Amino acid sequence: MSFRLGVDVGGTFTDLLLVNEQSGEMYTAKVPSTPEDSSIGVSNGIDRVCGDADVDPGDITHVMHGTTVATNTILTGTGAKVGLVTTKGYRQVLQIARSFVPGGLGGWVIYNKSLPIAPLALTIEADERVGADGSVVHELNVESLEAELQKLAGKGVEALTVSLINSFANPAHEQQVREVAEGVLPGVPVSLSSEVVPEMQEYERTITTVANSYVRPKVATYVRNLEQQLNDTMSGVQLHVLRSDGGLASADAAEAVPVNLLMSGPAGGVSGAIWIASQADHNNLLTFDMGGTSTDVALVQDGQAQLRRETTVGDVTVRASSVDVRTVGAGGGSIAHVPELTGALRVGPQSAGADPGPAAYAKGGEEPTVTDANVVLGYLPAEVRLGGDMKLDRGAAEAAVQKIADALGLSLMEAASGIVSLVNENMYGALRLVSVEQGHDPREFALIAFGGAGPLHANALGRLMSSWPVIIPPGPGVLCAYGDATTRVRNEASRTFIRRFGRTNAEEAADIFADLAEQASQALDEEGIPRSDQTLSYQADIRYHGQGLLLTVDFELDDLRQQGLDVIGDRFDQMHEQLFTFALPEDKELVNLRAVSEGKPTVVRALRVAEGDASPAAAEMVSHEIYVDGGMQQAMLYDRSKLKAGNVITGPAIVLEMDSTTLILPAHEGQVDEYGNILITPSNS
Amino acid sequence: MPAQIIESRPRPYNRVELDPITLDIIENAMLNARWEMDAVLFRTAMSPGIREQHDEFPMIANLEGKMVVGQFGSFIHGFKEAYDGTIEEGDMFLTTDPYACNGAVSHANDWLLLRPIYKDGRLIAYASMFGHMTDIGGKVPGSLPTDARQIFEEGIRVPPVKIYKNDELQEDVLRLILHNCRLPHWNRSDFNAIVAAIRTAEKRVLEMAERFGDDVYYSALEELLDRNKRAMGTLINMTIPETKQYFEDYICDDGLGMGPYRIKCAMWREGEKVIFDFEGTDPQSISSVNFYLNEEMFKMFAGVYMIMVFDPQIMFNDGFYDLMEVRIPEGTLLKPRFPAALSCRTHALGRIFDILGGLLGQGNPDFLCAAGFSDSPHFMYSGYRRADGEWYQLYQIGFGGIPGKPFGDGPDGHSLWPSFTNVPNEFLESYFPLRIDVYETLTDSGGPGQHRGGNALRVGYRFLEPGEISIHDDRWLTYPWGVNGGLPGQRSRKILHRTDGSEELLQSKCDRIKVEPGDLLYFDTWGGGGWGDPLKRPAEQVGFDVAAGLVSVNGARRYGVVCNEDGEVDESATEKLRADMATERGDTLLFDFGGTTEELKARCEEETGLPAPAAPEFQNWFGSAA
Repeated sequence: MSFRLGVDVGGTFTDLLLVNEQSGEMYTAKVPSTPEDSSIGVSNGIDRVCGDADVDPGDITHVMHGTTVATNTILTGTGAKVGLVTTKGYRQVLQIARSFVPGGLGGWVIYNKSLPIAPLALTIEADERVGADGSVVHELNVESLEAELQKLAGKGVEALTVSLINSFANPAHEQQVREVAEGVLPGVPVSLSSEVVPEMQEYERTITTVANSYVRPKVATYVRNLEQQLNDTMSGVQLHVLRSDGGLASADAAEAVPVNLLMSGPAGGVSGAIWIASQADHNNLLTFDMGGTSTDVALVQDGQAQLRRETTVGDVTVRASSVDVRTVGAGGGSIAHVPELTGALRVGPQSAGADPGPAAYAKGGEEPTVTDANVVLGYLPAEVRLGGDMKLDRGAAEAAVQKIADALGLSLMEAASGIVSLVNENMYGALRLVSVEQGHDPREFALIAFGGAGPLHANALGRLMSSWPVIIPPGPGVLCAYGDATTRVRNEASRTFIRRFGRTNAEEAADIFADLAEQASQALDEEGIPRSDQTLSYQADIRYHGQGLLLTVDFELDDLRQQGLDVIGDRFDQMHEQLFTFALPEDKELVNLRAVSEGKPTVVRALRVAEGDASPAAAEMVSHEIYVDGGMQQAMLYDRSKLKAGNVITGPAIVLEMDSTTLILPAHEGQVDEYGNILITPSNS
Repeated sequence: MPAQIIESRPRPYNRVELDPITLDIIENAMLNARWEMDAVLFRTAMSPGIREQHDEFPMIANLEGKMVVGQFGSFIHGFKEAYDGTIEEGDMFLTTDPYACNGAVSHANDWLLLRPIYKDGRLIAYASMFGHMTDIGGKVPGSLPTDARQIFEEGIRVPPVKIYKNDELQEDVLRLILHNCRLPHWNRSDFNAIVAAIRTAEKRVLEMAERFGDDVYYSALEELLDRNKRAMGTLINMTIPETKQYFEDYICDDGLGMGPYRIKCAMWREGEKVIFDFEGTDPQSISSVNFYLNEEMFKMFAGVYMIMVFDPQIMFNDGFYDLMEVRIPEGTLLKPRFPAALSCRTHALGRIFDILGGLLGQGNPDFLCAAGFSDSPHFMYSGYRRADGEWYQLYQIGFGGIPGKPFGDGPDGHSLWPSFTNVPNEFLESYFPLRIDVYETLTDSGGPGQHRGGNALRVGYRFLEPGEISIHDDRWLTYPWGVNGGLPGQRSRKILHRTDGSEELLQSKCDRIKVEPGDLLYFDTWGGGGWGDPLKRPAEQVGFDVAAGLVSVNGARRYGVVCNEDGEVDESATEKLRADMATERGDTLLFDFGGTTEELKARCEEETGLPAPAAPEFQNWFGSAA
């Protein structure tokens, strides 16, 4: 018998999901996270889940893991000391960036730019030049490069990045620089921009490669330790890490290109959401993951998350494929305030974070947060708790929200309700970004909510978006573990190939795609996945010649060979029309070509809950007063663990579980399906 | 006769009571719609000027035409006054003539589209957007001839026309316009992109009115305008004195060897109202450096500068316009008489921001910013490729040093203009016959201060085909000034290195300079002024800049800091140097202009290598200027 294990390490809990690869049966476990060394929590969890399932850890062959190590390294500024080699004349490429100042007219008055993650003092120039067509304009001056590299010696550089102009067209000089650098700075790992992201645009390529070097040591240490530890109990186990694009990377690939892991955490949630919703036959989804300081939303069409070629973490935006997750800087901890001058209610961008946290956490926070508003309104009951969650101080929440009420001349409840409405509006804006603004009608999508605060706000957002049903899966942490356990191994190979349709042909393009496919497959070969279990897909980034945008078109290689470039071109015209209301007669232009190789999907059967009838009476706890739709109403509290398939909960109601709380609004009802999802819809529908 | 608005089912809107939350929600939704307009445009436009550099501005206005979201304020009132025709459902207007829209666009390269939005047979809002077209014909590629004497030399002008009637494109009109442009497929694509952005705004407006109800939507827009007025009223009372404040600054020359041109403004408060008076500004120029300044637009500039520090999240709108009065004498550089040439207005437009900063800040030195990168210098390169005779034409905007400011240093080589970004050099090299040999900021070019001014940007263009270039820049004679003890930034200059080894110093404004393959142009912009006493900048921060190469070891001495190349500070030497400098210098200046214009002209040739400009000979075919 063989098993695979999904592991998600959250801020509070570590969730594990064990799957029997033959039967598809699965087992879950939830243990407290151990932030000082997360491997302890993982280890405890493995003991627990294997014990519960009576499985020998040695039978686990694959471990799938989503991690936030790379993200946190950037957010906390604790990455490696990175040296950078640029082409002569481009030393300040990160300092100048794209010259952009945010904030509209006059925005510069309050804009302070953060420092580049590769310090200028550690950036040197190589005297060389390659042209845009890949030709060598002048050779690399090795002597002067050695002298420059010598200057970095003794400055504690932990990683070196090489990003030369036009290296996407010809990587020879970057490779030469690496050879020289390995001689002058032995032991310092070197990354080349032409290997990490061989695409046009010098700033984006440089920042991506630098970010890769920046997070690499931390990620490498983490992955190696985890692998070591897993091997202690499960000899020969293969560790896979979830990438930002929702694919799985081997431990070695994760270590080599960690910039692909920056969205690993959110991608796990999205993958899990896709999987669990597909069990309930919902394949068009808006995912809504609301946490303490930020909220992630994404769109899933036909069971596929939309991807984009860009990942943003804090101030850093890199070129790396990721699930198109849009992040809003608002969550449960966002602080509400009223600027004196305008007297408008604002929520965020400041957040109370985990420390001191919302006033209701009674850890010294006094500013009114979204969580406090939810406590005041009764949506987060302070009186009734299940094991594990935090104790809430209602008095402190009221005192904090009263400040807003006073400033606006509203009652306490009106102010709290205003804070919740406004934060919902921010979320609504983010959901529109991924749906309406991309030409999708949100009424054709279900909304699936997770994260600590998602299920509290989801019903209201479903109402704003007209996206039904609103799906509340059981246990937000397990959801990520589901994602980890059910995703496929994936590798992609890409190349920039800028050609107008008129200046290339289907055959030339198809040959390049075939080469890329071979490259993409080789990485899977190395993981022992037979070619028969690999699936290949092809993508082209394309635009009208002269445009700046790129749209990604999927197609079949055979179609390209048989029907020509129009297979790609016609699809592009359609997409352009859907997005922007018009298509153009201009010549089209290929920009990036990509092949993606994927392993076989895992067979997993979702856990089912016991069958029951329509009445949820067995799960009732107490009746509780909440403020909703402009007045006080009685809402029943339910214990989620006691709900059964077929139960129908009539709003207003609140469903409690250990790590999240669901609010069902008046005139809505929540139906429990066979997998324990709560599906919320308007009552009259 | 003013425009006549036609509605099939006219009925008045009712102003209803709103709860503050609904108002904030509509405010957010309107802001989202505005950003969405930008997103649609950037993604679908073709000219690098719009799609990469973002030279465009959107607006959504209420049914009276007041801007509710946008950037530069509304021109619709002036447009309606001037337009002798009907405004109907299904119309979309196009105009490019500054004289026909009271300066809503200030040169004919900016194509302005305006859409009245109707719901159920009555007008409910307007959406509008303009974008800078790379070429609109005329005597030079790029259509920005410095030496133009009349607007007729600056390419095609379009009076307000209905480019869509009853939602049908007037194809003949568009063809006629495109026929006059050197790169018609760019113009057509960019035009389409603007139309798509405006249609996006329309959709959002209609959705909002549907969601909240027409009366609530109408009332919310009114209330948002009122809220702005109340906020600005408080701010004006708090910050604007009743005694007159003056400030003046210059554009260095007119491209014809004359200058500098003075722009002067006085500001004072009368009751709740603030008055800006440009009396004393020089008469209009005979070249194209005139800037047709729309009064409403100026109010927007002033308002934004005042409020930026108090509630940057506010949705800025036209609501406060009654609280400001702007007086611009006719026949001056800022209100030239038709048919004065206008294409190179970018310098005077940019300089307005330095003037505003100086005017508003002198009474509140804590909020005073130094002079910044108050321009968007242009570079143009065009010609025929030798191999196939294909025409190439590049238009680029330059970047420079953001000034030192109360909140911190100015970024190096950045843009003062909202949403502008640079074009990736690898993109340029792929599509145009040139290489960018150097792309870096100039060491020591930022004005020293407690908060350092940003460094100027150097772009080294290596030309690969024979062609012609145009350069439009300024601040080569006058300095980007420092404030509160901060020193001025370094001035701009342009040097052309020929393949034969010779060097030519180019004028700051010039057209039709012939270049040959292998020639190298250094396009150096200018640095931002410094903020606050440089002797008070922490020495280790100066050391950090030295290690980074942004300030040199010698440059550090201007901060009174003694350090080595690695930025290691010699503390005792620094302490002594700072004490000596403080004694020698005496009190710091509120403004440091680097000298009077007379002094600058006297030192001009020696310092810049270019002869000092002659005193302007003003354009006065209409008699004396105001």
